[in-house]
Amino acid sequence: MTAVAAPIPATPRDYSLVGRDAAWAVESGLATAEWYHTEIPRKQMKALMQREDGPAIRDTIIWLGAFVVFAAGGIWFWGSWWAVPFFICYGVLYGGSTDSRWHECGHGTAFKTRWMNNALYQLACFMIMREPTIWRWSHARHHTDTIIVGRDPEIAFMRPPKMLMVALNYFAFPTVPKVIARVAYHATGRMTDEEKTFVPETEWPKVYAVARIWTMLHLIPIALALYLQSWIPVLLVGPLPTMYGAWLETIFGTTQHAGLADNVLDHRLNARTVYMNPLFRFIYWNMNYHVEHHMFPMVPYHRLRELHEIMQPDLPKPCSSLFDAYREIIPALWRQRREPDYYIRRELPPTARPYRPDLHGQESAAATAP
Amino acid sequence: MPWTRACAADDVDAEDVIRFDHAGQVFAIYRSPDDEFFATQGLCTHEAACLADGLVMDDIIECPKHNGRFNYKTGQAKGAPVTVPLRTFPIKVEDGAVFVDIG
Repeated sequence: MTAVAAPIPATPRDYSLVGRDAAWAVESGLATAEWYHTEIPRKQMKALMQREDGPAIRDTIIWLGAFVVFAAGGIWFWGSWWAVPFFICYGVLYGGSTDSRWHECGHGTAFKTRWMNNALYQLACFMIMREPTIWRWSHARHHTDTIIVGRDPEIAFMRPPKMLMVALNYFAFPTVPKVIARVAYHATGRMTDEEKTFVPETEWPKVYAVARIWTMLHLIPIALALYLQSWIPVLLVGPLPTMYGAWLETIFGTTQHAGLADNVLDHRLNARTVYMNPLFRFIYWNMNYHVEHHMFPMVPYHRLRELHEIMQPDLPKPCSSLFDAYREIIPALWRQRREPDYYIRRELPPTARPYRPDLHGQESAAATAP
Repeated sequence: MPWTRACAADDVDAEDVIRFDHAGQVFAIYRSPDDEFFATQGLCTHEAACLADGLVMDDIIECPKHNGRFNYKTGQAKGAPVTVPLRTFPIKVEDGAVFVDIG
């Protein structure tokens, strides 16, 4: 479907999935639309999409081993300040690196073997506290309608941004308390109206079952902590490590779309690729190549760097580092507090195919933003 | 039966898929790793992405948009986010050409 020009709704934006902008997105052709993609020969793309187990098995063994080392260090040094760096590292794994494992296994691209994807997906979901069925479907919608207001349930930076909430998000607040409440709600066998817009009814029993299992699992470390009269169990499993470990994942995740255009049908305009060092790319499983991932979600994380090299002539200049990314994100968010229509416009190199205003009727208007 | 020529057999690599457009409809023509041919509707039942841009693995076609999986031999939906099966079509190979019974 090709979007047609339509009046741009006046701000403030309505991010509800059942609200004004949701209806407008459907009417204007922005929902479930045709998106721009870079032309890559079929044989080359087929090679990039090939699945294998080796890289993800290697990375998962290292990852699980790191959990054991940092947990053991935290327990060993418990009672002294030496325990703190171990728990910081453990938290980064538990509440941070699980984001990329959840993501990649949700796409089914991390491993070739299906059960391995599903097993790591469930484990990562539990750690990062994202209900597996809800998030599988919300993420499908995020890929269908990326940063389309009223359609995408995963827009992290709504305009105008509330800076206090942005800051609190670095400790998964109020995300985790909301998840706890939502899990309790689902455990009673109910879905919200918004969830019903993107989760088919056939999937709802899975949501209820997982909510009930999670409720029981989360009681175990609490009971253990009470029995042992120790904080260690709840610092290792449950909402606390999800929260105290969220900061690095949030630093990474913020770069994906913050400050860029909304309601456009070209990932070069609304997603950001950022160069990172090998340690960060291990933690983040190469999701820093975010334009590439959105345009071709079938390509496994361990081939994204290669895909980036192929696509580079058709892409805006990537941010050279996290610092470089934040140098444009922070002023943009700050400005969006007062000017919600402001966004960072990505300039294309001469080798790139130009943006296509015909794909998204709003583009020609949005392009005039300062 | 209305057999319609879709392509030459050599147009489809083993364990791959190509798109075939006919009379306003989109079809997907598959060649399995065992050199058997199959045909399904060409657009995903989830959100109408073109399956010919997807990945064939054994008897599975994975949609390029959301990684939904179907058995292209039976059309069966194999997991989220696809829940509705693909329509399949009879297919035959004669004299190096692939024909589909589009019904």
